[in-house]
Amino acid sequence: MKKSATDDKEEKPLSLKEIGQRDGAAADEVWQLRLYVAGQTPRSVAAFANLKKICEDHLAGRYDIEVVDLMKHPQLAAGDQILAIPTLVRKLPQPLRKIVGDLRDTERALVGLQIRPPAAEQASRQQ
Amino acid sequence: MTKAVQDMAKENRRLPKAPTGIQGLDEITQGGFPRGRPTLICGSAGAGKTLLAMEFLVRGATEYNEPGVFMAFEETAPELTQNVRSLGFDLDELAKEKKLAIDFVRIERSEIDETGDYDLEGLFIRLGAAIDAIKAKRVVLDTIENLFAGLQNQGILRAELRRLFRWLKDRGITAVITAERGDGALTRHGLEEYVSDCVILLDHRVTDQVSTRRLRIVKYRGTAHGTNEYPFLIDEDGFSVLPVTSLALDHRVSEERISSGVPRLDTMLGGKGFYRGTTILVSGTAGTGKTSLAASFVDAACRRGERCLYFSFEESSSQLIRNMRSIGLDLEQWFRKKLLQFHSSRATFYGLEMHLAILHKIVQEFEPKVVVLDPIGSLIQAGNQRDAHTMMIRLIDFLKQRGVTAFLTNLTSGGEALERTDVEISSIVDSWLFMRDIELDGERNRALYVLKSRGMAHSNQLREFLLTPQGIDLLDVYVGPDGVLTGSSRLSQEAREKAVAMARQQEAERRDRDRTRKREVLEAHIAALRKEFELEEAEAETSSTQDVSREAMIAENRKAMSRSRQADMVKHGVVAIRRRGAR
Repeated sequence: MKKSATDDKEEKPLSLKEIGQRDGAAADEVWQLRLYVAGQTPRSVAAFANLKKICEDHLAGRYDIEVVDLMKHPQLAAGDQILAIPTLVRKLPQPLRKIVGDLRDTERALVGLQIRPPAAEQASRQQ
Repeated sequence: MTKAVQDMAKENRRLPKAPTGIQGLDEITQGGFPRGRPTLICGSAGAGKTLLAMEFLVRGATEYNEPGVFMAFEETAPELTQNVRSLGFDLDELAKEKKLAIDFVRIERSEIDETGDYDLEGLFIRLGAAIDAIKAKRVVLDTIENLFAGLQNQGILRAELRRLFRWLKDRGITAVITAERGDGALTRHGLEEYVSDCVILLDHRVTDQVSTRRLRIVKYRGTAHGTNEYPFLIDEDGFSVLPVTSLALDHRVSEERISSGVPRLDTMLGGKGFYRGTTILVSGTAGTGKTSLAASFVDAACRRGERCLYFSFEESSSQLIRNMRSIGLDLEQWFRKKLLQFHSSRATFYGLEMHLAILHKIVQEFEPKVVVLDPIGSLIQAGNQRDAHTMMIRLIDFLKQRGVTAFLTNLTSGGEALERTDVEISSIVDSWLFMRDIELDGERNRALYVLKSRGMAHSNQLREFLLTPQGIDLLDVYVGPDGVLTGSSRLSQEAREKAVAMARQQEAERRDRDRTRKREVLEAHIAALRKEFELEEAEAETSSTQDVSREAMIAENRKAMSRSRQADMVKHGVVAIRRRGAR
């Protein structure tokens, strides 16, 4: 059990095709991501940089990031029920997911975006 | 009253307040919530937090021209709109007029993941935008604790909440924050830590299957406030808090006297009836006519054109109207003219506080001059004796404050001391009429007396109380060696007395006649005697004249004789004397 858990960490992330199969979405579907920020704060900048990196690493060529600055468009906050800043919203593929925070923790971000299933889930599947 | 207003004004100078417009709440908070500061309203589920917050906004928007933003974390705007429509608030209309904005914030824990640092700037921006859009002065966050369920990082959340309240204060927004009551604490997540200016606790208690809502100001920084638990009502007019215990004994008294509706009773009460604005208690055993007396009093008041409120805990209004018709009182006409309002409900239907609250509300709306409570004893069923007593005192104080004459009836059950009331209020009533049955000669008759009536010389007499088709009548009772007699005993006694009186009169007349006759006899006697005497006198006079003439004749004769003898009449006389002396 313990061994397999360590193995999981070393394992490479699932390919896009695999993700698509798991989520029931088409493999060539474009990921629509929207990042809500409020002005050019260091946290916003960091969040965008972290997001960019994750997408490049795992969703190269299949993603679309839209940055919404609520300072400029406050009326947009209600639509996606944004409270926390920064918030990343996965519009597509369905279902809608939200990740709040600056995405510093890549692992959790991947889990949150369901690019990678939670470690425990993966472990149980292997058994 | 004026003193209270002055106090309130003084208070307002010290700390600016935003009036809530909620009946009674402004009174106990002495002007409303602290302006430009957050107020925390906490309470368990169903205590009325959302409603209170919403009414604060709606009243602010409609009555004080202070637009408001309602940030809902629990209910959506359509739900809220629907919920408060029953209270007569049209949120859609207010939203159209840009006086009110509802922003529904949905937090779905299942679709949110957290990674890394964040803040709640999004919430700030949303709130800020809503505030700016309608130039809001008031904000409600209902209930912001839901954030704790949606977000994991408590540290960030707490810091952000602190920042939020600071931010609201800086913008001069009067905010109301609602929070769920926690175990042993005011709120589940310790919000009172952040909102420390004014904390209000709502409570919804069920005692003996009867629920009562209560409100208490836990703290209110920088101002005096009522510290008691105040009952409150939520009804079709919204929220109303009853500042009942904040009353003082400083009501103005009236010199005016009002009729009891029974002329003879007015006579017993110093000839003029009761004082206006006092409390009148009628107690007595079952079926002694307490309700009839109350109805008579109401009828008299309506006749004067005064509004009356009749609280009946045992009879429905139609039953009362029908029954009173039998003693010649047409209450229906006053009911139709809207001078008389009935409120019939079983005492056990609500809790005591609720009864008090309803009474308060109706009295404030209807502004009656006379309030009847019939009977007060049944209120004990709605609570315990001590509570009922407290409530009655509050009630009486409230009515006195408003110059309303209160007419209370109380049923004294058999076997108890008669001159007492179930709720022990005899000491606080001003006039106390007592009615009782007098059982005699196989008959039961009603009697009434005035036990006390403050400030007037009242009769100490027991009167027989008669219910006739023409109304109530009071008669003198027969008090004699056989005790108090009423009804047919009184009638027969009266007849007996009449006979005795007649005999006595005849006797007197006879004696009069005797005397007259005696006098006549006496006078006749006197006249006879006088006659006799007169005769005698006349006789005596005749004889004396004869004597004189005889004397004269004798002297004449003697003179003639001596002349004939030629004797010295005088010498002869002297010699004769001397001779007699020598012997």
